[in-house]
Amino acid sequence: MLHTFVALVEDKPGVLTRVASLFRRLNINIVSVTVGGTERTGVSRMTIVADASPTAGHRIMASLYKLENVLEVDDVGQLSCVTRELALIKVAATVQTRSHIFELVEVFRARIVDLAPESLMIEMTGVESKIEGLIQVLTESGDEILEVSRTGRMVMRRGQHTSRVLQAMRVPGYESSGSSQSEDAALEPDAVHTQPAD
Amino acid sequence: MREAKEPAIQSRPKGTAKPQTGNTPAQSTTRLTGAEILWATLVGEGIDTVFGYPGGAILPVYDALRKFPVRHILVRHEQGAVHMADGYARASGKVGVAIATSGPGATNMVTGLATAMLDSIPLVCITGQVSSKVLGSDAFQEVDITGVTLPVTKHSYLVTRPEDIAPAVREAFLIARSGRPGPVLIDLTKDAQAAIADFDFEAAAAEARRHHPMRSVAPDAIQQAAELIRNAKRPVILAGHGVMQSGAEEQVRTLAERLQIPVASTLLGLGGFPATHPLSLGMMGMHGESWVNEAIQNSDLLIAAGMRFDDRVTGALPTYAPKAKKIHIEIDPAEINKNVKVDVALIGDLAEVLEQLLPLLSARTDSPWLRQINESKGDAAVRDITNLPDNGHLYAAHVIHDLWRVTDGKAIIVTDVGQHQMWEAQYYKHETSRSLITSGGLGTMGFALPAAIGAKIACPDREVWVIAGDGGFQMTACELSTIAQENLDLNIAVINNGYLGMVRQWQEFFYEKNYAASPILSPDFAMLAQAHGIAGATIQQRAQVVPAVSEARKLKGPYLINFQVEKEDSVYPMIPSGAALHELIRRPSVTTAHLGHNPIIETAEDQ
Ligand SMILES: Cc1ncc(C[n+]2csc(CCOP(=O)(O)OP(=O)(O)O)c2C)c(N)n1
Ligand SMILES: [Mg+2]
Repeated sequence: MLHTFVALVEDKPGVLTRVASLFRRLNINIVSVTVGGTERTGVSRMTIVADASPTAGHRIMASLYKLENVLEVDDVGQLSCVTRELALIKVAATVQTRSHIFELVEVFRARIVDLAPESLMIEMTGVESKIEGLIQVLTESGDEILEVSRTGRMVMRRGQHTSRVLQAMRVPGYESSGSSQSEDAALEPDAVHTQPAD
Repeated sequence: MREAKEPAIQSRPKGTAKPQTGNTPAQSTTRLTGAEILWATLVGEGIDTVFGYPGGAILPVYDALRKFPVRHILVRHEQGAVHMADGYARASGKVGVAIATSGPGATNMVTGLATAMLDSIPLVCITGQVSSKVLGSDAFQEVDITGVTLPVTKHSYLVTRPEDIAPAVREAFLIARSGRPGPVLIDLTKDAQAAIADFDFEAAAAEARRHHPMRSVAPDAIQQAAELIRNAKRPVILAGHGVMQSGAEEQVRTLAERLQIPVASTLLGLGGFPATHPLSLGMMGMHGESWVNEAIQNSDLLIAAGMRFDDRVTGALPTYAPKAKKIHIEIDPAEINKNVKVDVALIGDLAEVLEQLLPLLSARTDSPWLRQINESKGDAAVRDITNLPDNGHLYAAHVIHDLWRVTDGKAIIVTDVGQHQMWEAQYYKHETSRSLITSGGLGTMGFALPAAIGAKIACPDREVWVIAGDGGFQMTACELSTIAQENLDLNIAVINNGYLGMVRQWQEFFYEKNYAASPILSPDFAMLAQAHGIAGATIQQRAQVVPAVSEARKLKGPYLINFQVEKEDSVYPMIPSGAALHELIRRPSVTTAHLGHNPIIETAEDQ
């Protein structure tokens, strides 16, 4: 099962290696990891998605906290969060074949950020399934995808919640990725709910 | 171990001519080289002895050594330096310090670091590194040692500026000894050692480390634990290394005595609870006596105190103590439910947790459970090899049993790894904490001799004995020369069976006696000792054991005894790895032992 951890870590050389090395030592595959700045100087934020047994969360979190450079860890699997991923997608397209891609991009609320004679580049932000949806539709409509660069999942908990509220917001029976997605669909104003009908 | 305390010793290098660090708090800042800052900070942390080996990238540090009141023990191999610091730490409870140069010096430390990591020993290891200007250029003797040691250190630093040295060293000490202790490595570039910076010991103090946030002892968990203990009919305390790391000997003893709960010890827990105490069962696990493991298997409550359910003590997990509820008292949250699923987890310092628990428990006098355990001993004790009449053979068990008697059980014993280590654990009865020093988690052959040097230097007034096999002794025998150079009064018993005995035993039991690469030729160990100017003797008869041990004890200075013991003897009982605790290979009966009786695997049900 996929676990999602948010770790606030000291912004120092080697910290990423320490975190990555921990997962390697536990023989757990990291599906994606994003690292970047936070509201605090000197503190970086990592979102780590890892594939491990359902019961592994506790030990991973406890082990992360044992790393001296790790300041805070959150296992956001069951919690209500906003989930986003950024993708850049380069598609083969000429002046003659571009226009239907423009339409698709419109429907998916993505953007064209580069146009070249033989290709164009799409920028898209959203939950993973939305990005996968666009890629799938492009493939199905016969467009050749030249390059894809995805950042991996970033998450942030919604609001400032007491634990009781958080408990109430948990979607029963939902797993981590599922729950955040359905939350997105329900609450997010600019959500594209479904892939366009074909 | 309790949370790190401020060191008692002050920061100022004492009795040093120069450099003069300020004598009054008002002028506490001084300009020193990085190398001087390193020593001044070590002295400030209370260090008066380090174990090391010089080389190009650490020479500025060695050059500054003469200005500071620190004893430097020159080792013969950097692995030895780390094991010595480790033995020092295990014997004293203080942080051990080892120093090496870059590249090969640093990589030689890896086994020592891994040994300390797996047994949670507080160390600070310093390595030299090439100048920061050439880092990453494959310079002469450059190795990315913080990278190499990442999985075998609790934490590490690469320090490239002199002003960062004191804060790094002070934080390293704090990390090494707080929470679950462990080794910390500081890699110091040569330019950082040579450059000059302001030094202020007080100002370099590390910020208090955050507690592991998952460390918690919930009041209702305490209540629950008390309830389980009150209701248990067949409880067993599993006492581990944490008992001494936390200094919880008193509390564990009170718990055991108040409720008449028997205590089984892990290998590293031996001594934390007195071996001759009526409630002491002895060592559990792979080579534990049958009644200890049977008691665990039949118990209805296990109280795990500072131990981590290592595979060598649990055997096959699905069949481990199936009827028992489990309370796990442990400082490291990552150990909870790792191997064995527990019913109540009390995550914190053992002594503190027991202090909270004890007031909720009232005394119990009678325990049919204890009687049941005693009855289950049956004839196992009679089968014990120490009861074997002298049949002309010298058994390792005899040597260790006699050593225990002659030293009155009061020596610090430092063992190597193998059969002799298990016999030591079975036959030397440890009454106090820190009297057995052994590599448990990693099982590092070659550990004993250097670790004993560290122990002797930490406790110069204690009698220290090395017990090593003929194989492991040869892995670090070069440190005999260190013993000679330092003229250390420590005694060495080589249990010489002509084999890598533990390997031979596994080959006998599980590989049809195919003794592939386990017979080992050795030099004449007594002559080897003599070549170092160390007195020695060779013993073949049981009757000679006590006189030889007495002679070694009498002589001021080092002494080596080469005990030529029975070659194809095995450690009993034994639970084959992966088997359940009750599926053991028993000791052959006394009457057939000398006939080379073939041990059979019998289960508790077969009796
Ligand atoms: C560094 C290292 N290499 C290999 C082993 C595997 N091993 C465990 S016990 C043992 C045999 C030890 O032989 P010896 O030192 O003669 O002790 P004995 O078992 O005969 O008492 C070996 C090779 C080890 N524990 N450590
Ligand atoms: Mg041997």
